Amino acid sequence: MAEPQTTPTRPVRFRVHRRKAGDSGGRYDSFEVQLDEQRTVLDGLVAIRKEQDPSLTFRHSCFHASCGTCGMRVNGADVLACVTKVADLGPTVTVEPLANIPLVSDLVVDMGAFYGPFSRAGRPLLRESELVPGSQRAEGIDVLTRYEDCIECGICVSACPLTGSDPRYAGPAALCAAGRVIEEPRDADRLAALRFADGSHGVWRCHVAYECTGACPSNADPGAHIMRLRRAATAGRFRRWFGVGRAAR
Amino acid sequence: MSGQRPAAPVATAGPVERRRGWTGWFDPRGRRLGGWAFALNRLTGLGLVAYLYLHLGVLFLLSQGPDGWDAFVDVALSPPILVMDVVLIFGMLLHGLNGIRVGLVGYGMVATRQGALFVGLMIIGAIVLLAATLRVFA
Repeated sequence: MAEPQTTPTRPVRFRVHRRKAGDSGGRYDSFEVQLDEQRTVLDGLVAIRKEQDPSLTFRHSCFHASCGTCGMRVNGADVLACVTKVADLGPTVTVEPLANIPLVSDLVVDMGAFYGPFSRAGRPLLRESELVPGSQRAEGIDVLTRYEDCIECGICVSACPLTGSDPRYAGPAALCAAGRVIEEPRDADRLAALRFADGSHGVWRCHVAYECTGACPSNADPGAHIMRLRRAATAGRFRRWFGVGRAAR
Repeated sequence: MSGQRPAAPVATAGPVERRRGWTGWFDPRGRRLGGWAFALNRLTGLGLVAYLYLHLGVLFLLSQGPDGWDAFVDVALSPPILVMDVVLIFGMLLHGLNGIRVGLVGYGMVATRQGALFVGLMIIGAIVLLAATLRVFA
C-alpha cells in the first residue's frame, strides 16, 4: 500500500512585534515554524500561538480575505495575513501591527480609533445593513453597518504616508466611505458627507501617493474616491460662487 | 503584614499611539509607484528650494563687479558643476511633471489611471533630460 504523500515543509523564521499593555516599548520575538509552501502568515501565527507562545495576540476570523480583521504589516508591506503566503516572503518574516492606528497589544490595534473619523462626522457615511430576518445581534452591538467593497481592515490607513504624519487627517477609509455616499446617496445625507470630506484635514490633505489604493485588498480604491470628492467639492464651490445649478449638490 | 512590599505602579493599559511620522514618507518597504512619486516630490522640492537660495547668492555676485562674476562663470563651467546642473534639471523635471500628475489627478481627472500618467510623464522627462544633458556637455 502506497504511503500517503506529505507536502514538504521548510523552517520559516518569524520576527513578531510584541508589546503588552504597560510595556514601556515594543520588542521583536523570534519563532521558527515548519510550514509548507501553501501556508500563509496567519497560519504561521496560529501555529506559534498554539505550539510556542499562547500569549501572542492578533486578530483574525475568516481566513479568506473577507472579514478584514487580520490586517498587519508583513516585511513592511500592509497586507491581510490570511492571504499572504510565506513562500513569497523569504526566510525571515517580520510581522508588525498596522501603523497609524493605536496599538492595543502585540499585533492588535484599536479599531475604535480607526472608526473615529466616522463618529466625528456623526456617522453620516455608513449605511445600515439589512438584517437577515430573525437573526440576532451580538451582545453590545446595536446596529450593523457596512459600505460597499471596503472590508474595513485599516490597511489603507496604515499605508497612507499622510495619515502617519497628520493625526487630524480623516484618512482614506472614511473618505472612501464619504465618496460612496456622494456617488450613491440612497437615503444618506450627501451634503453632510461632502462637508465632512471638504476640509484641510479631509480630501485636501491627501498628497496623491495612492498607497491606499495600492494596498487595498478589496479594490475599494480610496484614492480615486478622494479625488472624485475633490472634484465634487470644487464644483460645489464654483456653483456657489457663480450661482450656477444646485448649491453644493 | 508589616513586611509587605508596596504595590507596583499600575501599568497604563490603554492603546498607545504608533504613527510612522514623516520619516515614514521615505520608508522604501512595500512602497508603490505613487508612493515613490510622493517621496521624490518632497526630496526634489527641498532641493529646488535650496537651489533658489543658492541662485540668489550667485546673483548677488553681480553686485561685486565684473571680476567676481567672471570668476564665478569659470567655476560654473567646470565638470562637477555641470553634473550638478544635470541633477538640477532632473529635479525640476521630476517635480514639475509629477506636479502635472498631482494637479490632474487631484481634481478628479484620470483618478484611476494615475500610475500610467506618472509613467508617461516620466518617459517624457527622461527624453528631455537626455537632450538637456547632451546640451549641457556640448
